Amino acid sequence: MVETPRPRRTFRRPSVIPGFGISFGYTLTCLGLIVLLPLAGLVVKASGLGLSGIWEVATDPRVASALRISFGVSAVAALVASVFGFLVAWVLTRYRFPGRKLVDAAVDLPFALPTAVAGIALASLYAPDGLLGAPLARLGIQAAYTPVGIFIAMVFIGLPFAVRTVQPLIAEIDREIEEASATLGATRRVTLTRVVLPPLIPAVLTGFALAFARGVGEYGSIIFIAGNLPYVSEIAPLLIVIKLSEFDYGGAAAIATIMLGISFLTLLAINLIQAWSRRRFGYV
Amino acid sequence: MDRPSTAIRIEAVSKTFDTAAVLHDLSLDVRAGELIGLLGPSGSGKTTLLRIIAGLDAPDRGRILFGGDDATGLPVQERAVGFVFQHYALFKHMSVADNIAYGLNARRRADRPAKAEVKRRVGDLLDLIRLSGFGDRYPSQLSGGQRQRVALARALAVEPRVLLLDEPFGALDAQVRKDLRRWLREIHDRTGQTTIFVTHDQDEALELSDRVAVLDRGRLEQVGTPDEVQENPASATVMKFLGDSVEVEAIAEGGRVRVRGRETPVAAPPGVIGPVKLYVRPWQLQLAEPDAAHLSGTVRSSYRTQGRQRIEVVDAEGRGLAVEDFDGVRYAAGHPVGLRINGGHVFG
Amino acid sequence: MSEIFSPAFVPSAKPAPVASEGAGTRAVLIGIAVTFLALFLVLPLIAVFTQAFSKGIAAFLDAFREPDAWSAIRLTLTVAAIAVPFNVVFGLAASWAIAKFEFPGKSLLITLIDLPFSVSPVVSGMIYVLLFGSQGLFGSWLIDHGVQILFALPGIVLATVFVTFPFVARELIPLMQEQGTAEEEAALTLGASGLHAFRTVTLPNIRWGLLYSVLLCNARAMGEFGAVSVVSGHIRGLTNTIPLHVEILYNEYNFVAAFAVASLLAALALITLVLKSVLEWRFAGELAGGRAH
Repeated sequence: MVETPRPRRTFRRPSVIPGFGISFGYTLTCLGLIVLLPLAGLVVKASGLGLSGIWEVATDPRVASALRISFGVSAVAALVASVFGFLVAWVLTRYRFPGRKLVDAAVDLPFALPTAVAGIALASLYAPDGLLGAPLARLGIQAAYTPVGIFIAMVFIGLPFAVRTVQPLIAEIDREIEEASATLGATRRVTLTRVVLPPLIPAVLTGFALAFARGVGEYGSIIFIAGNLPYVSEIAPLLIVIKLSEFDYGGAAAIATIMLGISFLTLLAINLIQAWSRRRFGYV
Repeated sequence: MDRPSTAIRIEAVSKTFDTAAVLHDLSLDVRAGELIGLLGPSGSGKTTLLRIIAGLDAPDRGRILFGGDDATGLPVQERAVGFVFQHYALFKHMSVADNIAYGLNARRRADRPAKAEVKRRVGDLLDLIRLSGFGDRYPSQLSGGQRQRVALARALAVEPRVLLLDEPFGALDAQVRKDLRRWLREIHDRTGQTTIFVTHDQDEALELSDRVAVLDRGRLEQVGTPDEVQENPASATVMKFLGDSVEVEAIAEGGRVRVRGRETPVAAPPGVIGPVKLYVRPWQLQLAEPDAAHLSGTVRSSYRTQGRQRIEVVDAEGRGLAVEDFDGVRYAAGHPVGLRINGGHVFG
Repeated sequence: MSEIFSPAFVPSAKPAPVASEGAGTRAVLIGIAVTFLALFLVLPLIAVFTQAFSKGIAAFLDAFREPDAWSAIRLTLTVAAIAVPFNVVFGLAASWAIAKFEFPGKSLLITLIDLPFSVSPVVSGMIYVLLFGSQGLFGSWLIDHGVQILFALPGIVLATVFVTFPFVARELIPLMQEQGTAEEEAALTLGASGLHAFRTVTLPNIRWGLLYSVLLCNARAMGEFGAVSVVSGHIRGLTNTIPLHVEILYNEYNFVAAFAVASLLAALALITLVLKSVLEWRFAGELAGGRAH
C-alpha cells in the first residue's frame, strides 16, 4: 500500500517566480541592520533606565515643560491645520477656479521643502521686523521666538497631512446622496451637516493624528522660529539634541522613548478609527 | 398616504445640455393616482425629464404643474416629491430607521412631528416594505433588493405628492427584479399614489404600468396603455422599440398594401398611395409555399424556445428575418423557404 | 476629467446644481482657502528667494565663493549618491518579495518598513549616536579600532538612509501589488529567466513609479536636517551638508548667504514638486493607486 505524501507546509506559497530567497533575505537584512537594530538599541537603553528612570526624566521640570510645549502646541496646530485643511480639500475638490491645479500642487510644498529652509524662511517672515512679524507686532502679538512661532511652524508642517487624508474621500462623495437629501426637504445647510460631513469625520481625525504626530517630532522647521528658551519655547526634540551633546544619553533616550510611545499610541488610534469606520460604513 | 393624489402636467418642456438638445418641446399629462412608465432607449431623455419634474434640473423652456399649480420655479426641497435613485443613494452612516426618518427630521422644528410619531411612521413603513426589525441595521449590511426597498420607504415617509423612480431595479439580479416589480405594483395599489418610473426595460414597463410613455431622442413618441402601444404603435420607433420587427418595402394601392406584387391583409392608411414601409412582427410571418409567399429566403438556423419554433431566415439581400411558427417541422440550414405576411403596421 | 482654466475669475462655469453651495459662498470659501495657503505655505518659499537676492546678485554669488559652501554641496551630493541608490535597491527587493509572493506576516513587514516615517528626525539620528557614539554600545570598540562613524561620512549616510528608507518601497509595493504576477508568469512560460523577466517585464511597468519615488527620496535625502544634525558634529568644511551649512550661516547672522545657499534647496524643492505633479497628471495610471488628484 502506497501512502500519498502529505504536502510540505512551506513558509511561502509555492510559485514559479524566482528570486524570493534573495529578495526576502536582502529585505530582512537591510531592515534589521538599518532600522530594527538601532531602534532596538534605543529600547535597550530605555529599558536600562526602567520605567522609574524614564519617569524621573519625564518629571524633570525642564523636560516636562518641553514635552508640554511640544504636545500642547502640536495639538492646537493640528486642530487648526485640520480645520483649514478640510476647507482647502473641499475647495480644491468641489469647486473649479483658475489656477486650481497650481494650488493643488502647492499643498505639497511643506513635504518637498527641506525643514531647515522652511525654518529660516518662517523665522525671517515672522521676526519682529519681518514681512508678517511687523504687522503682528503692531497688533501686540510677538510671533517669532515664542510658542506662537512654534504654532505657526507646526501648522505649516501639518497642513499637507490634513488636506491629503480627507481629499480623496471628498472626491468620492456621491452627489446623489446630496440630491436625495434635497428631495427629502433638507436645506443645503442641513444636507451638509447631516449627510455630507459625518462620513468624512474618520478621515479628518486621521489627518489630525498624522499632523499631530508629525508636529511633535519636527525639528528643523521649528528651531529657528522658536526662540528655544527653556521652559518657554523649547521643544522636546531640541532637548534631546542638547542632552546628547552633554553625553546624557540616558536622558535623551528617555525623552525619545516618551515621544515614540506617543507616536505609537497615535498610530494605534488611527488604525482603530479606520477599523471602526470600515465596520460602520463599509469603507474607510 | 392619506394625501389625495396629484396630477402632474408637463408642458412643452425643452432642455439642452451643452450643445446637445435632450428634450424637445415635450408635453405629457400624468393622471392623478396612475402608475406611468417612461420607456425609451438610453439617451432618450427620460431620466432628464424625471429630474426636471423633481426639481433636480431646470428646464430651459416649458412648465411643470403639480395639481394645477406652477411648480417650475419651486426649489426641490419644497416640491414634496419622493425620488428613488437607481443606486439607492442611502445615507451609509445612518441606520435604516434614521434613513427613513430623515425627511421628517430634516424639517424645521416647527414642522417636525413628535419623536413618537416619527418612530411610529418609521415602524409602519418598515412593515410596508417587509423589513420590520431591520431598523437598526446599516445599509452596508443589506442586500441590493433590501436597500432599494429602504430607499422607497424613505421617499414615502415624507408623504410626497408624486413618487419618482429612476430605473429603480436596474442594478439588481433578474429574480430580485421580478419580485420587486410585483411588490411595487402592490404598494402602488395600496397607496394609490401618483407614480412615475423610468426604465429602458420594455417588459418592466409593460408589466407594471397603467400607461406607458415611449420616449425617443427627447420626444414623446406615444403614450397609452400597454396594450395600445403594442397593438397600435404610433410610429416606427415605438414599434421597433417594443419588440422585434422586420421592415419590408411595400406599395400602398387601392386601400391595401402589396409586397412584391402580392396583396397582404394589411389595410393601407386612408389616403396613402405609393411606396410605404411595412413593419411585421415575427408572429405575423408564416412559412408558406413559394406561390403564396410575399418574401423568400433561406433558413439560417432554427431552434425551439418556449413551445415555439423560431426560425432565422436570410433573404436575398442578406437581411435576417425572424419567424415564429407553431409548426413542428424543423428546417435544415440552407433550405429555401417562402414567407407569408399575415399582418403588420404601416409607417412612412 | 480635463480641467479647464476659465478666462476670468469665475467660481464655477457650470450652473449650480442642487448639490452645491451658492456662487457667493463658493467665492468666499475659495478666497479663504487660497489666502490661507498663500500666507502659510507660499510666502515662506517666496521669502527664501527675496531674502537671498535682497542685497543684489553680487552678494548672492558671494555665498558660493566660500569653500565651505562647496564642501557642503559636495558632501550633500555624495550622501545622496549613496543613500538614494541603496534605498532603490532595497525598495526593489522588498517590493519584489512582498508583491510577487504570498507569505504570512506581510502586513507586519510593511509596517516595519514604514517605521522610519513615524520616527522624529532627531530620534532617527539619536539611535545611531546611541550605537556608535563614544558612550554608545559600540563606542569603545570603534575607538579601539580607529573606525569613525559619527562626525564623518558613514554616520551621515546611515542617518540619511534611515530617514529615506521607506520612500521607494512604499511606492513600489502597492504599485507592484496592483500589477500582479500574471505578466511575469507569462514571461517565464515563454522561457525567460527570472532576471530577464525582471528587467524586461517588471522594470518597464514600474518605471514611472520608480522615478516618482526616486524624486521624493532624493529631495528628502538632500534636505534632511534633524537626523544629520545629530550625527554630523557640525565640523566646518568637513561634515556639514547644505542644510547644516545654512544653519551655521543663519546663526552667524549671515542672512543673505544663508538664504542664498538655502535657495538651492528651495529650487530643488520646486523642481521636485513640478516633476512630481507632472508625473501625477500624465502617468496617474502607472503610479500606485490614489495618487491622482
